[in-house]
Amino acid sequence: MDSFQETVFKLKKYWADRGCVIQEPYDIEVGAGTMSPETFLRVLGPKPWRVGYVQPSRRPADGRYGDNPNRLYKHQQLQVILKPTPKDVIDQYLGSLEAIGIDLSKHDLKLEEDNWESPTLGAWGIGWQVMLDGMEITQFTYFQQCGGIDLDLCPAEITYGLERIVSFLQGKESVYDIEWAPGVPYSEVRYFDELQLSVYNFESADVAMLWEALARHEAEAQRLIDQYKTVEDPAEKRRFPLLGAYDQVLKCSNLFNLLDARGAISVTERVGVIARVRKIAVGVAQAWVDQEPFRTMKEVA
Amino acid sequence: MLPFLLEVGAEEIPDWMIPAALEQLGKDFQSLLEAHKLGGRVTRTDGTGRRLVLWAEGLVERQADSVEIVSGPPKGANPNAVAGFAKKSGVSVDDLQVETTARGEYYTFRRQVAGRATAELLAELLPELIQKLYFPKTMFWTGKGGPKFIRPIRWIVALLGDRVVPFTLAGVESGNESSAHRKLGAGGPIPVTIANYEAELEKNFVIVSSAARRAKIEREVAGLGNAQSDPKLLETLTFITEYPSAIRGGFDASYLTLPQEVLTMVMRFHQKYFAVNAADGSLAPHFIAVMNIPADPEGHVVRGNERVLRARFNDARFFYDVDQKRPLLDRVADLANVTFQAKIGSYLEKTSRMVALAQELGGEAAAEAAYLAKADLTTEMVKEFTDLQGIIGGLYIAAQGGRPDVAKAVYEHYKPLSMEDTIPSTVTGQAVALADKVDTLRSCFAVDMIPTGSKDPFALRRAAQGVVKILVEGELSPSLQQLAAGDSKLEEFFLERVKHYFREVKGYAYDEVNAVLAVGWADLKDVALRLEAVKAVRPTPNFEPVAAAFKRIKNILTQAGTLPAGAPEASLFNEAEAGVAAAARQAAIKDGGYPAQLERIAGLRPAIDHFFDQVLVNDPDPAVRDNRLRLLNELINEFSSIADFSEIVTK
Repeated sequence: MDSFQETVFKLKKYWADRGCVIQEPYDIEVGAGTMSPETFLRVLGPKPWRVGYVQPSRRPADGRYGDNPNRLYKHQQLQVILKPTPKDVIDQYLGSLEAIGIDLSKHDLKLEEDNWESPTLGAWGIGWQVMLDGMEITQFTYFQQCGGIDLDLCPAEITYGLERIVSFLQGKESVYDIEWAPGVPYSEVRYFDELQLSVYNFESADVAMLWEALARHEAEAQRLIDQYKTVEDPAEKRRFPLLGAYDQVLKCSNLFNLLDARGAISVTERVGVIARVRKIAVGVAQAWVDQEPFRTMKEVA
Repeated sequence: MLPFLLEVGAEEIPDWMIPAALEQLGKDFQSLLEAHKLGGRVTRTDGTGRRLVLWAEGLVERQADSVEIVSGPPKGANPNAVAGFAKKSGVSVDDLQVETTARGEYYTFRRQVAGRATAELLAELLPELIQKLYFPKTMFWTGKGGPKFIRPIRWIVALLGDRVVPFTLAGVESGNESSAHRKLGAGGPIPVTIANYEAELEKNFVIVSSAARRAKIEREVAGLGNAQSDPKLLETLTFITEYPSAIRGGFDASYLTLPQEVLTMVMRFHQKYFAVNAADGSLAPHFIAVMNIPADPEGHVVRGNERVLRARFNDARFFYDVDQKRPLLDRVADLANVTFQAKIGSYLEKTSRMVALAQELGGEAAAEAAYLAKADLTTEMVKEFTDLQGIIGGLYIAAQGGRPDVAKAVYEHYKPLSMEDTIPSTVTGQAVALADKVDTLRSCFAVDMIPTGSKDPFALRRAAQGVVKILVEGELSPSLQQLAAGDSKLEEFFLERVKHYFREVKGYAYDEVNAVLAVGWADLKDVALRLEAVKAVRPTPNFEPVAAAFKRIKNILTQAGTLPAGAPEASLFNEAEAGVAAAARQAAIKDGGYPAQLERIAGLRPAIDHFFDQVLVNDPDPAVRDNRLRLLNELINEFSSIADFSEIVTK
């Protein structure tokens, strides 16, 4: 039986062998692997890109104080982007399941319609949830739009829910019983994250501070987006910190999720806050596409 | 004569879209055969989530040659124009004919058109035919601006007789190679012929026939237990599998203490299992799942599914326990934070409007139920299982010691969910259901959120249709005018739904519905009785002639303009007029119900026929004329309480 980390190694190796750059997680809080710039920004434009990385994904509202065997505040996604999509993408994906020890001739695998959409990112795609013996193990999406922009190459995004897959492989009833490393259970690695951050997210986060931080990060992102529009010199465009602006978007998105978990956003306000985050996400995406030719030009001596 | 086979191989197409796509594929291909005179007919369409398949027979190898007549200039035209026409047609002037048409004599050229090879034509036409299949949401996969389809197309089999019809679509070349089950059978392409196509695929774990898959599922499910009938689930499973087989799993009986509605919802909708009943009709601790592989000899799939279900049920138990910590009654206040609609306000405001309306319609119990009806929107269970709204509220009220009649009313207050669904079973439930739907309609109409065309985001048509159904079939009888509360647009909207209900749901003829509604629709139960009577009496020999006579009378009265006031003066009657008046007195007796009354009205026919034979209404003497108009007007008024017969379309 493979440990959690062994399964991750195998998946990374599998995709590395198929031309993916294996990246480390992005170092700002995100709700999903899609939000890492490795996906959100790299799927834009015409440049091919293949990447795989594990992304710890924070969903404050899903926290259960470490009590629920299947729900987590922070879970691990293995995210793979194939741009453009190879014709045998699904066979490649199924091969990855076999590489981690799932004999698909003995299991029931179904691709069930599930189109993915993220209103805060202005992104959507067409695809499936992959069901293995009745459990959703992967979200498979052909990206169509990101940051409100139609994608040139419609990449495939494969998002593995690692806890689910490994609890399936190890036959565990509770995520916390998964063996992370030989002799080391998941609970030992992660339990206090779940407990203490559930307490923080649901009980102690300072709502006023969160609102203020949201407004400040939003203003910073907007300032940069506006400033980018005034830049004309190609060399200045090339070095303009849109990646810095995007980090502000990620901050806002996480703050929104925190406020939501804290119960601080009424249903009426929700739509408005989503629109605010979406506006800066779209702003950065548009600027990023505009910057593309300047990024590809040789550095001015 | 050649057979034809087309298989469009794609990545998994959503199950519910497949039957419609197959139907269109068959129709469009049949039209193509006809439009291009290729002979033959479509014999079958079928498929799975990964393949749309069409069979046709009797196609010609090549179209027949034909002659196309090209018209040129008139006979007397300038010789240059004639020479120009000949040149354009690629012949000399001597090769032109002169033909006589309705407009005169014209030069024509008879072009011999050689029939084209069917394979060549199909190769040209099939890519477009495939791409024109309608799907609700399509995608790019080769990149922006590339082909669009419901999911990526990965292979195409196109065979005319034993030859490939060669074309390329979305970078895929058609051929004679199909594809096996994703993980069973031969890896790689499967060469097929039209004759062995299905057999070859079956060897490779693909049952192309949806009927055969459906039958296999039904047979195996029936062999595994007393599964709850679930036709929709059966269809889904038929189209998300290529080689289905059923397995039975179980769960711990302790979960049966959770509401059965929740357990069933998890099994049917989240997990796509059939729920199983015990011998006494209660829910059994089993489920039946359908796999996309032939067997599960080592029990992996059963164990996996049982594990997933256990996790789901644990979640449900967690939600249930959390929810019980705060009774529904206390949750009503929380509705202030739940938006019903941004422009309209919160669910708390909606609740207070519903309470007032329910009180008016159904009294104290209805008001109490309306007060609690929306509180379950704040429960974890409804946040997780939205479709159980109302049902959860009802269950919680019962579990928390509330009044059984109130619990039942809340449980059923979203009913009817469709025209096939039943209405709430109690008067209290009907009052709450009406209050909810009517409030939604009034509120949305008040802020001008009125459905247009296919846009109806708040499902207002369904709400209004539900109101109509409850009024017709239930025990409460407020008029729709009263429920519309003076909003003329809403009143009009209700009338449309009333028409729709009686025509489309109840199947009454268009003109019968118009005739009956024309004389009033304040009481829908009465409308239903009048319609039934009209429908019953209509086939009798006198009815339609009398209806035609009423239409004639109505035209006469309309043409007369302002009608003379007062009752007709009997002393001015001739024999025919007196006959009508006497017959009318007989027919006006109101006893015996609507069918009997209608039969008496139909019995007016001889007297009316005689009247029109003998009498010219527009008599030169104004006094006589006015008296006749008075007589006819009285007749119309007297006999228009059941229906306006002039609306009946007569042959």
